[in-house]
Amino acid sequence: MSTSVLHDDHHHGAPTGWQRWVYSTNHKDIGTMYLIFALVMMFLGGAMAMLIRAELFMPGLQLVQPDLYNNLVTNHALIMVFGAVMPAAAGMANWMIPLMIGAPDMALPRMNNLSFWLLPMAAILLVMSMLVPYMGGGAPVTTGWTLYPPLSTQAGMGMDLLIFTIHILGISSIMASINIIVTIVNMRAPGMTWFKMPIFVWSWFFTAILLVLIMPILAGAVTMLLFDRHFGTSFFDAAGGGDPVLFQHLFWFFGHPEVYVLLLPSIGVLGAVIPTFSRKPLFGYKSLVGGMIVLVALGMVVWAHHQYTVGMSLAATQYFMIGTILISVPIGLMLFNFIFTMWRGAMTFETPMLFAVAIIVMFSFAGTTGVMLAVVPADLQYHDTYFVVAHFHYALIPGALFGLYAGVFFWLPKWTGHMYDEKLGKIFFWWTTLSFNLTFFPQHFLGLAGMPRRIVDYNIQFTEFNVVSSVGGILFGLSHLLFLYIIIKTVKGGEPAAAQAWEGAHIGTPGLEWTLSSPPPHHSFSVPPTVK
Amino acid sequence: MSGFNRKWAVGTAALLLLSGAGSALAELKYNFPESVSPLTKDIYDIHMMTSRLAVYIMVVIIGIVGYSIFKFRKSTGYKADQAFHETTFGTWSWILVPIIVLGVDLSISGPGLKTLADVEKNIDAELTVKVTGSQWKWTYEYVEDGVKIISNLLPEKEAGDKYLREVDNPLFLPTDKRIRFLHTATDVLHAWWVPAIAIKKDSIPGYINETWTFIEKEGSYYGQCAENCGRGHAYMPIRVDAVSPEKFDTWMAAQKAAKLAAIAEAQSNKEWQLAELMEKGEKVYNSYCAACHQVAGTGIPGVFPALLNSAVAKGPLDAHIDIVMKGKAGTAMSAWAAQLNDLDMAAVITYERNAWGNSTGDVIQPKNIKAAR
Repeated sequence: MSTSVLHDDHHHGAPTGWQRWVYSTNHKDIGTMYLIFALVMMFLGGAMAMLIRAELFMPGLQLVQPDLYNNLVTNHALIMVFGAVMPAAAGMANWMIPLMIGAPDMALPRMNNLSFWLLPMAAILLVMSMLVPYMGGGAPVTTGWTLYPPLSTQAGMGMDLLIFTIHILGISSIMASINIIVTIVNMRAPGMTWFKMPIFVWSWFFTAILLVLIMPILAGAVTMLLFDRHFGTSFFDAAGGGDPVLFQHLFWFFGHPEVYVLLLPSIGVLGAVIPTFSRKPLFGYKSLVGGMIVLVALGMVVWAHHQYTVGMSLAATQYFMIGTILISVPIGLMLFNFIFTMWRGAMTFETPMLFAVAIIVMFSFAGTTGVMLAVVPADLQYHDTYFVVAHFHYALIPGALFGLYAGVFFWLPKWTGHMYDEKLGKIFFWWTTLSFNLTFFPQHFLGLAGMPRRIVDYNIQFTEFNVVSSVGGILFGLSHLLFLYIIIKTVKGGEPAAAQAWEGAHIGTPGLEWTLSSPPPHHSFSVPPTVK
Repeated sequence: MSGFNRKWAVGTAALLLLSGAGSALAELKYNFPESVSPLTKDIYDIHMMTSRLAVYIMVVIIGIVGYSIFKFRKSTGYKADQAFHETTFGTWSWILVPIIVLGVDLSISGPGLKTLADVEKNIDAELTVKVTGSQWKWTYEYVEDGVKIISNLLPEKEAGDKYLREVDNPLFLPTDKRIRFLHTATDVLHAWWVPAIAIKKDSIPGYINETWTFIEKEGSYYGQCAENCGRGHAYMPIRVDAVSPEKFDTWMAAQKAAKLAAIAEAQSNKEWQLAELMEKGEKVYNSYCAACHQVAGTGIPGVFPALLNSAVAKGPLDAHIDIVMKGKAGTAMSAWAAQLNDLDMAAVITYERNAWGNSTGDVIQPKNIKAAR
């Protein structure tokens, strides 16, 4: 800290009280706020999911009417995607990327503050969009998160509020992504070359590039929707010469890469967790990075596999089918590398590692059902059934959410300076993993037996699996109360964490995060460290 | 809350018992229904092939992961092999793995592409049915014969165990004929899906999508609307009755005769009695109007206006006829002038003005409608 001799350091000290948070330009505080926001939104979105499952527990309408049901389906997805997973991953990026690459902060700290504080505003708009139908704002949004017209042009004012929500979320994501790209490109410590970067940094580099490419498309699409609704255009109205399918192409041009936006940060977490607890370097570091590049490139050009049923030309359909099946190559390579990192390692099974192993198995399963869905003729049967619901929950809950849980348990000691309660962590792992499978595995059968998505009521032939799924869903939801308790307990106290909290954390390609104390000082790396 | 839970638990247990005790619902359905057309049979085979492959892949992955967990534990004293990623295997796996995965991919995409070509194969059809999705009913038009069927959800009281699967008017189709379906929609997206006989394609306003079938076995086949179409999405079931070509021809002849009789009836100058019009009007109302205005005329507050005690249904007759014929701009109320003949229109308006307790006593004759056109 030679600079502190030259500079008067006190005006760099953290402001206290509310100003510390509202005016914050500190990557650690902003990271914490992102994570807390994500946790709050996850409970909101999770409560909606539990209400959905409670309604589907048995045939008939018990708790919610069809409009509210569809509205819950819509907002559950939007909240989980934009409110929970993306902000949680962004919070981890804020916390860990500067620590890993030896940067004092993010490259653009004020923009960092703005990109966080836009999120609560967006959340308020989103909640308002749910409430206005009860205050004379017309029919609620019943489209599902895909917002397909013409159904979305039928909705009332809630739809407009949702469009503005997406605009604000988009601005926030684009700014956060630019910040991350600039930080990674320019702020690496001397000696931290590209191929010494932790996989987590690589994964966020690609995530941020994807976000900058796709968010403007979504913003454009919903703006066209807004114009169709209020300003007499007919981009998506066949009666005015427009095309309802155009919206689907624009939406999924965003929507498919978005899946990788949700997925990649968790791949990055696995890239840190698995070598640590296998006590062995990552198997195929460069091929993992190469796999991510291929995944990003392929992911940008296969969007229409979400709309095989719209009636595209045979040639276009064939192209999208081949492209989609090819996605299995980079995904397979990544999973293979993780499995062979474990092979001939010396493994221990702390909570992050338990999640990592479960992710490998369950995400592989999502991959196999993904290939099943990619085959067009078969998809023309599976499409819009519960088989798809089961598939994407297997992809996104293990692939994105559980990866983030692994990250939370892995880095909580670094963030708080305390070890979490390992026993409770393991209970949470088993509780949440078993109930997740209980919820979503039976849904494959429901879909095959003919149950479509997004229906509020069903024939009694679908009862049995729905009962099982609902029981699982309620247990899955409740398990998160334990998650919250573990986090609060760890923040409040616990066994002090060492600078290197995990025995094997130095193995493989970690960054500089474990060279700092736990928790790290408010301002870290004021002098650039040197990487050998 | 616990009271609620108990109620559900008891209700579900009762339902499970009922379904176990009764009828065809006893068997737990966990896979596609039996396919009865060549295309859906091929697709079923692909589905079983890829499912099996998925199981094999999972067995391999769980095997390797399970073995690693069992064998390579620190607690058993196993020392990590720090140079494993630098072995020949480690150096070349990045090319080995994609080759293996590509092999699996090719074995799937081969039959996939072949069947896809069959899905899109352009053969002349012997029968064409235009399937139109609307919020929330299906309209079937036999294009060659000019016959139209409107198919609605059968209410729970009548459908019983088949509620949400059963309809008032099923689609009749002949077996052993190549049938072409043309899919479109009038308002929002829908998707007509009967897994046993045909694949689904979306019904999109402004689009006409095409699918086909060749039903090899007589029977009733069920399906549902698969693309979210709003409030009534769960309430758009589909039933197809496949009968022998001879029975189908007899049925079709009867439909045509009934259609001609209806046209003749509508054009006759008969003075209709209130009771006759009410009977006809109820049928028309339940087919065309009840999806929004509801069977009891109550509408849905804030979304679809009620007709019971409404200013339109109890107010001036001319305004009522006008709104039914021309619709109301900026709302979901469409113009019915082209879709309903004079008699149907007279009947439904009479019904709306007298049913449920509106009791205006107005009797509208077909000639009143003719004059208003």
